[in-house]
Amino acid sequence: MSLLDFARGPALQWSIVIFLVGVLWRLLGVLLLRTRKDLSEPRKAAAWKGLRLIALRSWPRKEFLGGTAFGEVMGYTFHLGFLLALFCFVPHVLFFADVARGLLGTDLSSLLGFGWPTLPNSIVTLLSAISIAALVAVLIHRLVSPVKRLISNFDDYFSWLVTTAPLVTGMAAFAHLGGWPYERLLAVHILSAELLLAWFPFGKLMHAFTIFVARGSTGMIFERKGASL
Amino acid sequence: MTPTTPTTREPDPIELDKPRVSIRKPEHRFDTQGEMPDGERVERAMKSFVRDFGRTAAVYMESCIHCGMCAEACHFYEVTKDPKYTPIWKLEPFKQAYKREYGPFAAVYRALNLKPKVTVERLQEWQHLIYDSCTVCGRCSLMCPMGIDIASLVSQARRGMFNAGLVPHELWAVSERARREGSPLGATPKVFRDRLEWLADDHEIEIPLDKPAADVLCTMSSIEIMKYPDSVVATARIMRHVGADWTFRLDGYEATNFGLLSGNTAGQKELTMKLIDAAVACGAKVLILPECGHAYTALRWMGANVYGKPLPFRVLHIAEFLAEQARAGKLRLRKLGKSATFHDPCQVVRRGGAIEAPREVLQALGVELHEMYPTKGTNWCCGGGGGVVAIHRADELRHKVFKIKMEQIEATGAELPVTTCANCRQTFDDGQAHFKWDKTMHSLLELVADNLVEGKQ
Repeated sequence: MSLLDFARGPALQWSIVIFLVGVLWRLLGVLLLRTRKDLSEPRKAAAWKGLRLIALRSWPRKEFLGGTAFGEVMGYTFHLGFLLALFCFVPHVLFFADVARGLLGTDLSSLLGFGWPTLPNSIVTLLSAISIAALVAVLIHRLVSPVKRLISNFDDYFSWLVTTAPLVTGMAAFAHLGGWPYERLLAVHILSAELLLAWFPFGKLMHAFTIFVARGSTGMIFERKGASL
Repeated sequence: MTPTTPTTREPDPIELDKPRVSIRKPEHRFDTQGEMPDGERVERAMKSFVRDFGRTAAVYMESCIHCGMCAEACHFYEVTKDPKYTPIWKLEPFKQAYKREYGPFAAVYRALNLKPKVTVERLQEWQHLIYDSCTVCGRCSLMCPMGIDIASLVSQARRGMFNAGLVPHELWAVSERARREGSPLGATPKVFRDRLEWLADDHEIEIPLDKPAADVLCTMSSIEIMKYPDSVVATARIMRHVGADWTFRLDGYEATNFGLLSGNTAGQKELTMKLIDAAVACGAKVLILPECGHAYTALRWMGANVYGKPLPFRVLHIAEFLAEQARAGKLRLRKLGKSATFHDPCQVVRRGGAIEAPREVLQALGVELHEMYPTKGTNWCCGGGGGVVAIHRADELRHKVFKIKMEQIEATGAELPVTTCANCRQTFDDGQAHFKWDKTMHSLLELVADNLVEGKQ
């Protein structure tokens, strides 16, 4: 079995299984915990309106912006670049369509009712480069900022590595860098993405899911009290 | 580090009538209570930390991305730039214990020893971070991009620390004293009754006590009873002015709840139940809480949960009561004609939700309100909340933090700083004396009482 076959075959299957089981285990492990009913008289009965915190907290209040602007801008830059490169790069879309066809037995576009939007390769290359630059910037910030250095642990650095690796290996494969055969570059790229999937449930990458629950819970608790969101 | 083991009989930990003695360079120390092996201390801390661990707290523990942004919201970090004051770092041993003992992957963490066991030394070291340098003001909770309510986790960590006997001595002592005597500062029922008689005589005002039935049950904080007794008189004058059927009761007058501040859950419940039982006993429709921030949290937002069912009466902070009376046209006030700025008590405003009520009262007083920047939900804490003002070894740090408030207030150019929390007021008085500042914090309640227009118009 070639490295590419391994990457496209068992490695892919196992990483997806680890991702799904791990994410479910971690999410259900906390979501199934009991929660006590708050018996205090609410100031605002429609506590659900506090769910707006999910959107509101996407950008800091102006009072806090000064010290956090760098983190916010860099954070948004690499998140957006990463997601666009992941979901709008033509070969990725074709790959996902393949996987979907295998799993669901139908075309993604017929299921969605529209074709998945894609971006030109040059734009994806640019976005990937910008993402990598932003990721390097946040890593340097983590290393030089006394606050971030103190509170960081293995998870922070390893999650950084598995997030950055698919971008770097993807660009290398696209540009046929390093003198390696394309198949090997592609295999390394796929394997790096699978490493990201497999690590996902165990570290801070899980915030992609928990962020909604945490913001939503706080929003509802605070809204009930009429407290500041 | 020198551990100290206090006995149960201690001198008054907060000498309210005497100038504070501040040690310039206090020896770094931690306090311990009770005799138990180190392992048991850790075990107790962690068990009580996770005992009430529900879904929300667990989600918070799973969500931190170590972005460090919460530091920017913390006044202790703001004035020192010391990374150890990063709010989420104050929970580090508890996060470590959560992952190892309680989280969904706890078995993996334990089997591979990925998170080492928390040691008693680590908890002792963290006492300074969980108590001395956190006012549980919750400003960081407004900053966290994940939406983690860090302040609620600190309160939970304090419960663990209390059960492990790892509480700063002064907080432990006042909490114990409250349980023993009914008041943390010596405002025992006898002292309270004597004070009421003395105040009623001095100010020629009727102060009803122990009426068997009343619509309104008023409560006071021990700081007011012992240090600001004019607040008691102000309460009586306002109640008379609005024609309320009201009373104080000796079986439930003390709203201060050091159980909440120290992490003493049983003590907190005991103090809360006294107020609830007193209100039920006299058939009160409304229980009015005094100018006290954490008393508001303890009864308004936690009271029914302690009681186990919805409270059969309304709970209002005195500022909310005043705003209601002003809205109903029952408060006839002389217009002050001065400018004022309002210091938002964290537990009443940011975390309590009574954001506009004090401002409505100030409007009724006819003041020109100069808001601080930042204000309302993001206003800076005075630095004395969460029991910090009671911890003498934290004085130096607290004074540094207080400079933020001085600068904020000076920048408004307002004539009168006003607040509606006696604990904030005490912190301001102490800060004023320490810095020989020319600004005195005023009580909203007393300001209203001093400007009542008596008689029919």
